[in-house]
Amino acid sequence: MTNWAVFRRLLRMVTPFWKMVLAAVLLGTATVLSSVGLLGTGAWIIAKAALHPPIGDLNVAIVGVRFFGIARGAFRYGERLVSHDTTFRVLTRLRVWFYAALEPLAPARLQRYRSGDLLARIIADIRTLENFFVRVLAPPWVATLTAVLLTGFLAAFAPRLGLAWLVFFLLAAVAVPVWARLRARRAGQALVSRRAALNAALVDHVQGLADALAYNYAEAQRRLALRLGEEILTAQAQMASLEGAEQALQILFSGLGMLGVLLLGVPLVRAGALGGVTWVALVLVALSGYEAAFGLPTAAAFLESNLAAARRLFELVDAEPAVKPPAQPAALPADNDLRVEALTFRYAPDEPPALRQVSLDLPEGKRVAVVGPSGAGKSTLIALLLRFWEYNEGRITLGGRDLRALLPDEARSRFAVVRQKPFIFSGTLRENLLLAAPEADEARLDAVMEAVRLADWLRTLPQGYDTDLGGQGLQLSGGQRQRLALARALLRDAPILLLDEPTANLDAITERALVDTLLETTRGRSVLWVTHSLVGLEAMDEIVVLYKGEVAERGIHADLLARGGLYSHLWALQSENLVALNM
Amino acid sequence: MNLDRRLLALLRGPRGAFIVTVALGVLGGLLIVAQAALAAAMVDAVFLQGGDLATIRGAAVAFVAVLLARALAAWGAEVSAFRVAAAVKRTLRARLLTHLEALGPLYTHGERTGELTNTLTEGLEELETYFRHYLPQVVLAAAVPLLVLVLVFPRDWISGLILLFTAPLIPLFMNLIGSIAESLTKKQWQQLERMSAFLLDALQGLTALKILGRSREYIRRVEEVSDRFRATTLEVLRIAFISALVLEWVGTLSTAVVSVGIGLRLLYGRLAFEQAFFVLLLTPEFYFPLRQLGARFHAGMGGVAAAERIFAVLEQPPQVPAGTGRGRAVAHPFPLRLERVTFTYPDASAPALQDVSLTLEEGTQVALVGPSGAGKSTLAGLLLRFIVPQRGEIWAGEHRLAEIPPAVWRQSVAWVPQQPYLFNTTVEANIRLARPDASREEVVRAAKIARADAFIRALPEGYETVVGEQGARLSGGQAQRIALARALLKNAPFLILDEPTASLDPEHEAAIQEGLQALLARRTALIIAHRLQTVTHADKVAVLENGRLVQVGAPDALAAQEGLFRRLLQAREAAA
Repeated sequence: MTNWAVFRRLLRMVTPFWKMVLAAVLLGTATVLSSVGLLGTGAWIIAKAALHPPIGDLNVAIVGVRFFGIARGAFRYGERLVSHDTTFRVLTRLRVWFYAALEPLAPARLQRYRSGDLLARIIADIRTLENFFVRVLAPPWVATLTAVLLTGFLAAFAPRLGLAWLVFFLLAAVAVPVWARLRARRAGQALVSRRAALNAALVDHVQGLADALAYNYAEAQRRLALRLGEEILTAQAQMASLEGAEQALQILFSGLGMLGVLLLGVPLVRAGALGGVTWVALVLVALSGYEAAFGLPTAAAFLESNLAAARRLFELVDAEPAVKPPAQPAALPADNDLRVEALTFRYAPDEPPALRQVSLDLPEGKRVAVVGPSGAGKSTLIALLLRFWEYNEGRITLGGRDLRALLPDEARSRFAVVRQKPFIFSGTLRENLLLAAPEADEARLDAVMEAVRLADWLRTLPQGYDTDLGGQGLQLSGGQRQRLALARALLRDAPILLLDEPTANLDAITERALVDTLLETTRGRSVLWVTHSLVGLEAMDEIVVLYKGEVAERGIHADLLARGGLYSHLWALQSENLVALNM
Repeated sequence: MNLDRRLLALLRGPRGAFIVTVALGVLGGLLIVAQAALAAAMVDAVFLQGGDLATIRGAAVAFVAVLLARALAAWGAEVSAFRVAAAVKRTLRARLLTHLEALGPLYTHGERTGELTNTLTEGLEELETYFRHYLPQVVLAAAVPLLVLVLVFPRDWISGLILLFTAPLIPLFMNLIGSIAESLTKKQWQQLERMSAFLLDALQGLTALKILGRSREYIRRVEEVSDRFRATTLEVLRIAFISALVLEWVGTLSTAVVSVGIGLRLLYGRLAFEQAFFVLLLTPEFYFPLRQLGARFHAGMGGVAAAERIFAVLEQPPQVPAGTGRGRAVAHPFPLRLERVTFTYPDASAPALQDVSLTLEEGTQVALVGPSGAGKSTLAGLLLRFIVPQRGEIWAGEHRLAEIPPAVWRQSVAWVPQQPYLFNTTVEANIRLARPDASREEVVRAAKIARADAFIRALPEGYETVVGEQGARLSGGQAQRIALARALLKNAPFLILDEPTASLDPEHEAAIQEGLQALLARRTALIIAHRLQTVTHADKVAVLENGRLVQVGAPDALAAQEGLFRRLLQAREAAA
């Protein structure tokens, strides 16, 4: 995407608010013109007074000076209010647009954003765009409008005055920022890449401190960070010097502009073509008009960071969704038998298959486990069932109908899921539960909390269901999080329960207790349970052992153990661990 | 006024640059005055004295010279202000990093990681704005108006009085409104943070929402929350902007009053035109630095807030001295003896280890077992000198461990944690850090013995592949094998091993088994054991429970006794 294309797209976000934009620009211009008026009339009064006229001649100007003095503040206040209101409206639109655009892409196209840092950067990018309106879009318009009006005003007295003023205005408002941006480009790029390297080194120093200390590597690591810091300071020094130069040149050009008007006016005054009093006033008008140019270097700098942020956001949402809903969706079938037939799947055409010829049967009300070491393809299977990725070889049918023929959202309504790392939303316990069933009453919540064995914990909470669970429920223990997720899954009341390694992050004792609860609460429902830990599998109607994307063997627990194949080998490995020692 | 004593103390280093910054700022003020005087002279000459271009040529040339000098002063002030900020950042960054080493992993671990990294990056940048833009402005806001006042008074004392009496209004209002605005802006910041947190939540939880069938509805929530944020923020801003309005009015209305006043005095011949024009030109310059300071109020606040975070870290008492690893390693650190060692974590009520006495003879391997939280990692931390016992003594042969500089002691110890950290550099560098002078062949040999060589060669750039967020991601098992290679390469006399639990991937498990066996062969080791085989093969088993050593002895002997060890073995059998 070219910068221009990014800019146009960004601009389109703002167009619905053009009236407010216009108001802000007009108010901004009026602010600048008020200070021009203030100094201009002030000078006029003094010049006029020097000629000792009757005091009545000054009255209008005296009123004018007071008016401009008050008006400037008032205009500024209005301008700030309108432009911030606009900014926040634009931001709301931006957030909604962004979320709506991202929704169909989750989770397949967001995989590389899985780490919290990258997501946080997206948020930061949206925040960067806060500046777009106030600091990027408005100042050039205010400058342009001011320039046109003042050039015209000065030219009305004598064209050369307007022209001289305009030349220096263009130097200060256009040439200086453009020159500085061009000069800053290399230092800016160095800064971006060095900063990323420094951040990585600092993260290493903080997170890897134990390893670094143990291997006497901390000093080397610190030196690296300090060296990178030094390089950044060098680049920043160049930027600071450029910023200083921008200021210096603007001072120079605005001063020269005033001098130009002053000197060009002298022959006119001598020739009687321009009144002396007017000339004095115009000199100060010329000087104060340059105020409109002073915000532009910042605008140029912000434009760059805004374009970079917008580009990242656009690139992200421009991705094709992994799954496209069918043009003519079939109706949801009545029954819930789930069948996987000879399913083969690759994440990318040039990658080896994550699943190869996998088949399994989950008749309504049965419980099937899929086991195998991590990387065997178990979670891929769940992702395909949930229609997060598109599959092309083999079939998945629900009640005899291919999932691809159904609307993904509708197909998902038949599944409730407990994942390895359940997401707990910041907010109250009630809000988290009601996400799964907005109409559920308290009795229903109580029943579910009882079933997942969270009732005792609930009684300890200060505000019961209305207790704030804090930022993403981080105070909850691993076991509590999983039980909460299970409660949500039960509330959802979908016929098929998918368990995606719900015990992976738990210690052995907690795992055993959770497995007991899982087995108890899911009796009579269809359950597909994916796990690498062989606990509680005796209760399964079938166990499918996956290894490297293929079904290695299948059967019930006792038979598989007796057969002496992969399953019994995994069993032996698991027994090697002193599970209970990790309590 | 946002002046923090600890921050001002940091100016001692770049004192010269700071003085230059302020001097150039004041010089800039003087030049503005000169510029105004020249402009007034030129206007007077032409307007009232009937002069023409030739009359004012000298003044015009001088005017240009003054402008050039002013531009240079402004540029120089920016450059030297950055030097001040750079020096402060440089000092603080080094101090923070060194201090973190002394605080040790105990402090940097866990939830604090993100916050610390943030302090090291954005915290320091906040200080840059403080030292570059805020502090010099504080001095200028005092100096330049004073300068203007000194010049205005002899020419027109009435205007001087107006300036003198309105000037304090600005800091007064600034402080008055500032304190209101401060709490308001703080509230607004919180709102913004909450808004961002909500969006982050919605994005991170997008898959969860999708699974719950709620993701589309959330579009409306995003709009609602965002719009509510807009409404509340605007309420705040309506008030906050009034402060700016009042400040603006003090400046503009005084200018209006001054110009009307001098106009009238001029009218009655009580003042010369040149003087009057000069005063008019200077009036805005009188208020400008004060208003500028108001505009930078946030930079000041941000700087002080950042300082709080930075000094909160620097003022933490260090756990162990940081320092270099140079110095002679302890040649013979055995037997390693703990004598009634007790350690309590800073915020804990009960000790993590209490009265623990344990001896490790040269060439033997001790397996440490016990439930999580029993104190196994604390014991490893003591032997790695990440922490120092509050009571008791640790002996390394003849030496008290406390008397050996930590970095020197660590030359004698190799450590394999359960979740080793891989640094954001090449795989080779990640292994070599154990012994920086090792040759490539030695690195590869260690990797081979650790069964890491094969997967490393399969990486896109082999040993040169960069690990981490930007580079290839390695699995937990692969990271463990790299950690084994590190320990093998270091070849230290003493090994602390936090054993990986048996993996359920048969191939990986076989590899790590071989690597472990190679590492443990004939080495003195303390093993935090997670596998049955390790425990049964150890020379000695030490059982920890609630910070106390409850059983020590040969594995067979302990298995025969009634006690925690036997219960643990039985629990395992029951689970199997």
